[in-house]
This record gives sequence, C-alpha cells and structure tokens, in this order.
Amino acid sequence: MENGYNGRIARINLTTGEVRSEELDLELAKKFIGGRGLGTKILYDEGVATAEPLSPENKLIYITGPMTGTKSPTAGRYMVVTKSPLTGMIASSNSGGKWGGKLKYAGWDALIVEGRAEKLSYIHVEDEKIEILDAQEYAGMRSEQLDEELKKVHPECSVLNIGPAGEHQSLLAAIMNDKDRAAGRSGVGAVMGSKNLKAITVSARRTVIPAADEEALQEASRECLRLIKENGVTGGGLRTYGTAVLVNIINNTGSFPTRNWQESYYEQADDTSGETLRETYLVKNAACHRCPIGCGRVVKIGDKVVGGPEYEPLWAYGGNCGVNDLNAIDEANMWCNEYGLDAISTPCTIAAAMELYEKGCISEEECEGMPLEWGSAEAIVEWTKRMGEGRGELAKRMADGSYRLCEYYGHPEISMSVKKQEMPAYDARGIQGIGITYATSNRGGCHVRGYLISPEVLGLPEQLDRTAVEGKAQWCKIFQDLTAVIDSMGLCLFSSFALGAPNYAALLNAGTGTDYTAEELLTVGERIYNLERLFNKAAGMKPEDDRLPKRLTEEPIKNGPSEGMRSRIDVTLPQYYEVRGWENAFPTEETLRRLGLTES
Amino acid sequence: MNGNREKGMGDMVEVRLFATFREGRGKVCYLDAAKLVKASDVLEVLRIPQEEVAIYLINGRHSSMEDRVLDGDVLAVFPPVGGG
Repeated sequence: MENGYNGRIARINLTTGEVRSEELDLELAKKFIGGRGLGTKILYDEGVATAEPLSPENKLIYITGPMTGTKSPTAGRYMVVTKSPLTGMIASSNSGGKWGGKLKYAGWDALIVEGRAEKLSYIHVEDEKIEILDAQEYAGMRSEQLDEELKKVHPECSVLNIGPAGEHQSLLAAIMNDKDRAAGRSGVGAVMGSKNLKAITVSARRTVIPAADEEALQEASRECLRLIKENGVTGGGLRTYGTAVLVNIINNTGSFPTRNWQESYYEQADDTSGETLRETYLVKNAACHRCPIGCGRVVKIGDKVVGGPEYEPLWAYGGNCGVNDLNAIDEANMWCNEYGLDAISTPCTIAAAMELYEKGCISEEECEGMPLEWGSAEAIVEWTKRMGEGRGELAKRMADGSYRLCEYYGHPEISMSVKKQEMPAYDARGIQGIGITYATSNRGGCHVRGYLISPEVLGLPEQLDRTAVEGKAQWCKIFQDLTAVIDSMGLCLFSSFALGAPNYAALLNAGTGTDYTAEELLTVGERIYNLERLFNKAAGMKPEDDRLPKRLTEEPIKNGPSEGMRSRIDVTLPQYYEVRGWENAFPTEETLRRLGLTES
Repeated sequence: MNGNREKGMGDMVEVRLFATFREGRGKVCYLDAAKLVKASDVLEVLRIPQEEVAIYLINGRHSSMEDRVLDGDVLAVFPPVGGG
C-alpha cells in the first residue's frame, strides 16, 4: 500500500497457536488514524471492556501509527493497547526506541495477541513470517540480558520483552523494548505475563514506508524538522539536559511534590537535576528511531553504562522519597528497566510506603532489614529490586501499586493516585490545569494525556497563569484531543513543543492521502478521547473515578512558593464536562452523534 | 510571599540560574537590591540577553521584564527548556 499503512494486522492466538493475517479496515483507520485511536476501537469493538484484565479473554494490541517508520521527524512510536489490570480501564502505553519502526517495516500495522500460551513463549516476527517459539529457558531473565540472548538467536532483530515483574504479574509491570525504552504505565507488562508471553522479536528487511504523496511528505517533514530544530526546547534544551531539566523549574514554582506530596518544595532538588546529571553521571544523549530531538540519557553507574532516568523517576525517587543521592536514583531507575517496572508508579509506591512507615502503619519487622525511611538511598534501590523480584510479603503487596497497598493498611487517602494509577511529578495545587488532566485522564493519573505544563509553566505555545482556573478546561480539552492525534499517528508527543495541529494535518494528509484540516483533525482526537471514555464506562467506571486525592483538595501546600494553594478541581471539573459535552463524566447522546460514535 | 510583595528586611536579591545560564556565572548570584528597579535590570547586570530567557520567576511566579524587583526577592531564570 502507498498510504502510510501496511494494510495488514496479525492476529496471534496463544491458546491455539493460530496466526492469521487480517486486512486493515481503511475506513476505520481514517476515522481513528492508528496507534492509540485504532487500537482502542479494535479493543472496544471486540468486547474486551468487560474482560478480566489478567485472563485469556483480555487482548494485547501492539499497534503502530501511519507515520511510524516514515520520514516524519520523531516517527518511531508504537502503542500497547489493552485493558489495564491496575486501573480496570483502558491502557494505552506508548514507547519509542526502534521496535515500532521495525514492526512497520516487517509489513504489519499491528499485532493482536489473544489467549494464553500453555508454557512461557515468545513471538518472532520476520517480515511476513510469524512464529510462536518456546521461551522457557528465558524464565526469570531480566530485560537487558534477555535482549542480548534473543539477539544471538535472531541477529539484527529488535527485542520487546517483559522482565521478572511482568512474569509474576506485578500490576506495575512495564513492557520494555530495545533495553531501556518502556511502554511503562498501567501494568501492561502484567497482561503480557498473564499470557505467558516473554518477548516479541522483530526482524525486517525493508526500511521504507511508502507515502500517499512522497513529495508532500518530504516538504511537510522538512518544515516540521525546521520548526523542531529552531525551537529552543526541541532544538536545544531537551538534547542538552533531557527531561530532567524540569526538576529545577517545577521545584522553583513550588509544585514539586515532596515526601509523597506532603510538601511541594524540595530543598535538595538541584542535587537530582538535569544540570547536575550532566555534570556528573551523563555519558551521552540517545535518540529513538527518526528522532532529531534526542532527549534520552545514557549514564554510568560504576563500570556500567545504562539508560538514564527521565524527569519522572528523578522526581519520584528523588524529592518524592526525600532522596538526593543521584547515583542511587540512577541505579534504582536501572532496576526498573531491568525488572520491567513502571519507573513512575514504582517509586511513587515506595514513597507511599515511606509515609505508611512514618505513620506507623508498616512495622519495622515487615521491612525485613531495610527500613522505609525518608531519604534512604539504600531503601529506594533495595525496595525496587524486591518489588521487581516479588520477594517478600510487603514487596509483593507494593508491586501492585500504592492504592492497593494503602487500602490494605486502611489508608487509601495516602495513595496519590487517580483511578488507582499514581500521579506524576507536578503538584496540581500549584498548577491548576494539570489537575483537570489528572482527574479526567482515561488511563488514570497521567501527565501525557494533556500536558498543560507546557502553557502553564513552560510558556508554550503561550504563557498561562498556573494559579488561575478560568479557561483551563478548554485548554485541557484541546491538549487532550491533539495528544490523542499525535499518539495515534505514531509520533512523539515532544514534537508538539514545536509543532501545532496544522503541521500534524500536513504530515498525515501527505502520508495517508486524507484531506483533514487542522480543525477536523482535532475532532478525530476528540472522537478517540470519547471512545476511550466509552470503553471505561463499559468497563465499569463511575463518575466518582474522575477525582483527585483529598490531599490536593483539602490540604493546602505547606511550604515553598505555592504555600497555601489547593486544587480547585471542584470548579474546573464541571467546566470541563461542559466543554466536552459530557454529563456525569460521560458523553451525552448528542456528543456521541456529533462524533460519529453512536451504534449504527 | 507571592501576590503581596512588599519591601523585605534584606537588601539583596537572590538570582538562581539554570541550564546554560550557569556557564561562567555559577548557580546563584546575590545582587544589591538598591541598584535594581525591574527584572530586566537583573539580566543586564548578569549579561544575559533578554531574548535568551524563556522563563523568569519572581518568588515562584511567572513574571515579565517590567516587573519590579524588591528586597528579599528570589528570582529564577531559565533558557528555553522542557520535558515531560
């Protein structure tokens, strides 16, 4: 095909061993683009919303977008779409690296994995050939070693896998690819583990994806590349300092959650910043397939050279656990990659456990020789390893996330989560708009479903007052809709620091032959966002699931530049439902009709 | 600390520098508040071109070059940087 798509999806049933090639429905693809949008549509239509997440009835969709593997800048992304065992709702976890591009070059738009293998298995994709192979000899193997072992068997392949955490079905388990890239959130690795699927290797001979209009794509890509390079963030800041440069920015706005969000300003933050990382442990930067930004970090830990931490784990292991030992944070982050754990939810759960320990809910005996004390560099490393291995009763409990942990001890309010998924590194009391994103994200506590930090803190595309509430609902909707588009096209969200909806429309139209205006494209994003909400409704979501932890609404910030502030989600959430055309957290019939989402 | 800034007890302004602005200037500078009127004066003293500044915080609040600088203020100056 010459429209960005391969036109083929592989359906792999691990129970029966059957592998089937199915034709991609191009009409559906136009309506939902690909990636996150199309993956959700397939999952919803196939009735997975009511399946038990860790049962054979759940499905795992590894799906690229029409731009994945093309000449478009940042075109190296793929999505894992499934029903989350952590939230019980939609999961769509995005990752970069090389794997997504390889899958596309091999001739597939997506793999739909169903059922459960009798014994530990892996899937090998070599262009049109797909095999299910025995993986028993790799049982318990950590991610990096497995990557190397599988490359000995299939030279030149790209490896996606789960570590031990996915095998023991930790609800915080990630899916890793290319060693240190992760589809990290919502426990997608546990779903893979529940299917007895250890890895998917992909080899491809081809390196080109034909576009509908090669010349137009070249022109649109050149323009986007120019904008990305000229933009101070994508053309300089991210490459030089990585996402970790945010540590000092967010801390200086007094919105840097500290000691499990009990405070919001961390005196030692600079010890864990992008600037300090660059001066100390940084070896070089790294880039995903077709990415001119190169935000990835490569760091040294003793003699080892490994993938380094992003802003999120630097915050979550750092200020949120009261730890300022950068080397220990690098190491804990490495163990997340090695065991295949979500590097946001894992340290956030350790932070929640530290508060439970501080309050006397977790006893010293339960800690088995490693007290969960604030600021303990030893504790963050050791507890990450224990959670990865599922070693010990407390670690097993922690490996299912902070909500279940805190609920077990009778204090669910200590879990700083939304829909049972841990919130990331921006305090929604000091930055009002991001609270709407957290509360209404279809996959639970998450910043990359509508990154309002961009206008509220970074001033892109324009500077908003972070403390104001008016107008934030509308901004949130636009950011959520545009993000759904980018995630569905197979591009990196970071491109949006430099690009806007007209640029994405130009790329998509050239690649696929559509003729979307920027406005129409945002409507496609809106359709995807509403479909995810329909999935959640079918999965049993209730309106009260769109809530922030009480700490954000009832406990004003105690220290720093945002002292005294609390979230005004009580004001912004009704405004948000109004701009979305939702009632009681769900789309009205009229909204569904307008978006073409009514049952036909 | 934020909205109602008044003349403080100290007579210095603390300027925190980040990312590339640290090169050749260090992490923090203390300037005599009496010699400063507005935010842009601080940049002039530190020889930072205004067009290179993306985020300018006074006591944690986004501010403009015209905003007044008072005794005891804490300023934070960033070039274009971002993440997620």
